[in-house]
Amino acid sequence: MAIVVKRPKLTFGEKIYLSSIAKGMMITIGHFWRALFGKGTVTMQYPEEKWDENLPEYYRGAPALVTDEQDRERCVACQLCEFICPPRAITITPEEIPSDDQWAKVEKRPQKFEIDMARCIYCGFCQEVCPEQAIFLRKDYAITGVSRDEMVHDKKKLYEIGGVREGLVNKWNKLK
Amino acid sequence: MDWINIAVTLIKIVVLTFMVLLPMIAYSVWAERRVAAKIQNRVGPNRTGIPFTKFGLFGLGQPIADGLKFIFKEDLTPAHVRTGYFWLAPALTMVPALMTCAVIPFGSELNIAGYKIPLVIADLNVGPLFIFAIASLSVYGIVLAGWASNSKYPFLGGVRSTSQMISYEISLGLSIVPIIMIFGELNLTEIVKWQDANGWLLFPFWGGGEFWQEALLLIPVVISFVIFTVSMFAETNRLPFDLPECETELVAGYHTEYSSMKFALFFLGEYAAMIIGSGLAVTLFLGGWSLPFGIGSELVDKPLWLGIAHFFSFLIKMIGFILFFIWVRWSLPRFRYDQLMRLGWVFFFEIALANVFLTAFILLYFN
Repeated sequence: MAIVVKRPKLTFGEKIYLSSIAKGMMITIGHFWRALFGKGTVTMQYPEEKWDENLPEYYRGAPALVTDEQDRERCVACQLCEFICPPRAITITPEEIPSDDQWAKVEKRPQKFEIDMARCIYCGFCQEVCPEQAIFLRKDYAITGVSRDEMVHDKKKLYEIGGVREGLVNKWNKLK
Repeated sequence: MDWINIAVTLIKIVVLTFMVLLPMIAYSVWAERRVAAKIQNRVGPNRTGIPFTKFGLFGLGQPIADGLKFIFKEDLTPAHVRTGYFWLAPALTMVPALMTCAVIPFGSELNIAGYKIPLVIADLNVGPLFIFAIASLSVYGIVLAGWASNSKYPFLGGVRSTSQMISYEISLGLSIVPIIMIFGELNLTEIVKWQDANGWLLFPFWGGGEFWQEALLLIPVVISFVIFTVSMFAETNRLPFDLPECETELVAGYHTEYSSMKFALFFLGEYAAMIIGSGLAVTLFLGGWSLPFGIGSELVDKPLWLGIAHFFSFLIKMIGFILFFIWVRWSLPRFRYDQLMRLGWVFFFEIALANVFLTAFILLYFN
């Protein structure tokens, strides 16, 4: 059944629009007045004022690798993040851990771990997909460089940003 | 004519156009951006001040930086345009707007060492007519720009602009007929002098005059003022009547193909037309350079301070009117094209015509 949409019947005052125009003008001048003399503007003057203290917990900044309590890298070079990364910013070169190593049980570790920050879209998929909780999105957001090469974060840089993160990850537990 | 007169006129031309009008054009762009920002709860350009220092000066250096940017940008002439007309068009929008400032009285007179220098470049006896005649030439600039660009969007913008400007010129011209009937005068200087003595046309609360006549005449004056102001908006192609260059439909309208300083000329011509329009509105309706409450109107020989006060009185009123232009631009949505034409031809044309008769009856009754 077709529904007839009722059009509102406008009074004469509404038809000539003058009252609505006046209303709109009053709204804009109210905003102008508040911006001029009160707390109207919400703009942050960026280089002087920064958002850093107020960054929310869920803020997604630059991705970084973390080490565990024993100062070992958590990454096991499973390459899941490399595969999930939508812009293909992550490149991992895995290597085998030699059998005489204390951690030979882990089998693999990254020889090279590079994130091209010129490509990264800060989506956080790498963090979500990581089974070892080895990669996290930090709150760094001003990633700059003067060349494309500088924008590629290598393993050293990634650990530098990431630092140590404590907390149990099952695979590293010797007793298991 | 002796040499002093010629020299004084030349100085007036240089001072009034190049040191008053052009900076006003530049700074009205700045004011537009700042006011727009404030209305939208932003900050606007507030950093460009003295170069290499931290003095931002509320962004007052922005117009100069903008000008420099326009000068140094690449001046591209597309291969498909008619070069001659393409080059002519920007000048044709800017020049008429600047020429009209010749008859606007910027102040009463400056009494310097016994010389009385009237602050109007050309004291013509056909002031408003001269302004309409010259200002309507700027439509040629837009037509030529739209036609010579030889592509779709400028063409559509040019067509729209032409019909809009021609339509609204009628109501613009008719709306000031009642005003001229009340003044009985076409000389803008004399019009302002009349208002100085008898009270401003929109606020006739001081000075001489019969109460009932003034009160009744206020009706046609307010109608004229509304029609004049709205037509002025349409005439200068500003929102809510900016159909010729509406960004959402026509990219940039008639100046789509223009770049660097040629684009800037269109831009500045629009603002110049807006400033001259507000100058004319102030002169006709808000008493021009005269001070409120009839201050200093009884002095026949005006001392220097009064001349300066008159000049600044005019500037302040004009700036107020420009701010009103900006305020309206950032408040009201754009008209649809048929609504625009309906408003111009069906409402304003008839109301302005009826207004002429209403004024005539009132004037006839009290004579």
